[in-house]
Amino acid sequence: MKWYITKRLLMLIPVLLGTSIIAFSLMHLAPGDPARTMAGEHASQKVINTIREKYGLDKPLYIQYGIWLNCALHGDMGRSIVSNEYVTKEILNRFPNTFELAFFSLILAIVIGVAAGIISASKQYSILDYTFMGVALFGVSMPVFWLGIMLMMIFGVYLRWLPISGRISMLISYHKITGFYILDSIITGNFAALISALRYLILPSIALATIPMATIARVSRSSMLEVLRQDFIRTERAKGLSERLVIYKHAVRNAMIPVVTVIGLNFGLLLAGAILTETVFAWPGIGRYVVNGVYMRDYPVVVGCVIFFAFIFVIVNLITDIIYIYIDPRIHYK
Amino acid sequence: MERKRETKVGELIRRLKYNKSAVFGLIFVLILILCAILANYIAPNNPTPSPPELFKSLKPGFWSKHGIKGMPLGTDALGRCVFSRILYGARVSLSVGFIAVGIALLFGITFGTIAGYYGGWVDTIIMRIVDIMFAFPALLLAIVIVAVIGQGLDKTMVALGIVYTPQMARIIRSSVLYIKEMEYIEVQKAIGSSNWRVIFRHVLPNSIAPVIVYGTLMMATAILDCAALGFLGLGAQPPTPEWGAMLSKSYTYIVGGAWWAATFPGVAILFAVLGLNLLGDGLRDILDPRLKT
Repeated sequence: MKWYITKRLLMLIPVLLGTSIIAFSLMHLAPGDPARTMAGEHASQKVINTIREKYGLDKPLYIQYGIWLNCALHGDMGRSIVSNEYVTKEILNRFPNTFELAFFSLILAIVIGVAAGIISASKQYSILDYTFMGVALFGVSMPVFWLGIMLMMIFGVYLRWLPISGRISMLISYHKITGFYILDSIITGNFAALISALRYLILPSIALATIPMATIARVSRSSMLEVLRQDFIRTERAKGLSERLVIYKHAVRNAMIPVVTVIGLNFGLLLAGAILTETVFAWPGIGRYVVNGVYMRDYPVVVGCVIFFAFIFVIVNLITDIIYIYIDPRIHYK
Repeated sequence: MERKRETKVGELIRRLKYNKSAVFGLIFVLILILCAILANYIAPNNPTPSPPELFKSLKPGFWSKHGIKGMPLGTDALGRCVFSRILYGARVSLSVGFIAVGIALLFGITFGTIAGYYGGWVDTIIMRIVDIMFAFPALLLAIVIVAVIGQGLDKTMVALGIVYTPQMARIIRSSVLYIKEMEYIEVQKAIGSSNWRVIFRHVLPNSIAPVIVYGTLMMATAILDCAALGFLGLGAQPPTPEWGAMLSKSYTYIVGGAWWAATFPGVAILFAVLGLNLLGDGLRDILDPRLKT
């Protein structure tokens, strides 16, 4: 087990190197001169050259990559061309916001998705089953940004129940400790900030949760149906176990293995969805940061964010594989 | 040979008919294709009038007493007919879908077949590159590629094609690996058929099922991702009537009560993607029951 995790962690190194090479070289092939952007529109050629030299932009690409990699390994992914802030610092500043959004969406998606899947499977072909699966079918086909806009329109603009953009009300004083708004307001006992942070979180997390929720519901249902058809379930029913015990104790456990795979795979979709959701709701997270970076041709920002996303993604895949071992003792990794 | 192929297609259609959701999907997709082809004839207005008719800006459609005549779904901020733009948008989305998936098929089949058929170090190299590309969330990779090669519809097609290639390569490879072990392939090798002949006459025609199924489902994803890029302003550029771009230009006006311009393009995306998903799921159940999830 330990050996397996070590091996998987070692395998991350070539993948991350590969992603950094791809991201780095792609951004440097891009048209547009970052030195010119930094210097401003009316700068003279001399100023531009100085900037180019200062940031090493005059060196060949592989040397630039080598310098960058060396710094990145020391936790420094360069500075933003636009704001001159350290990229690593900016990413870490925004990470708690994206994490809170992704975390709550994932919880929402798993809880509701799995529940809907189990109920649908145990009452196959009932009205409830058809309703859940119909909604799920719409859920997987919906563009996340459109859903966000619709939620914003209904609950923010017409009903005025919830705020439509931002992370927390500007009228509320908030003391930053960890950067996680919800955690911080609990630590400081700031009840008003907690309520506000939660209220701002509701619409974006519903929007982001819908697609994974729908996928999880569909997979849970089909996996449950498969398990319910198996012999051991028939034996358990025959020996007189209550239907509830059969479903919730024996069937669900066996049905969850493919669901875990899907949750892991959906995490990538969740990250991509976060880019869109954050744009719609003006959420100050990494997704919006990378999109703005692309608009401004801010290479260091884009490369930093892309590698950060890839890093999170591969780590989540690793965690998914490790979770398998716990839920299915039959699986042994060498 | 020709007759046999026809009966296969006939059988496919016959079995599709028994799959209700696939029939719905097929109908949706056919409507979509018709809209795209006939947009010139059925659209009541010019989707990109120039100069913009600003006096018609953000007028409601048929549901309102003050609705503007001849524009059933109202107008957007530049006074353009939302309905006409949605019809033309079908053309944009479908062509992006077809070409992006076409690119992914071309390269995915090439690399997937080489990796699966020849194995060894070629396989290792191709699959490592695929693994690396899988470490990026698809939309993020598309955004980065678009940032490099520039914005616009043609660039969107290329970017999405590149992003989907590794997925297709993986699917084809596993299919080729399976077919390669079949006895009839061994027979072909034994009678001295060249590798090329085996690949083109026997391996590829037998891996057509996953190509059709995943190609259809990939089209759905392509339409969603194309809209997402358009929404972020990195895809189709104005005044192209692209669904995602239409949304991004309109959603700020919902605060003022103009909900239609941001609602209907999204409904169109939903309709198109739903149709392709239903059709793809139906095809999968028919062509390859093993893949059923």
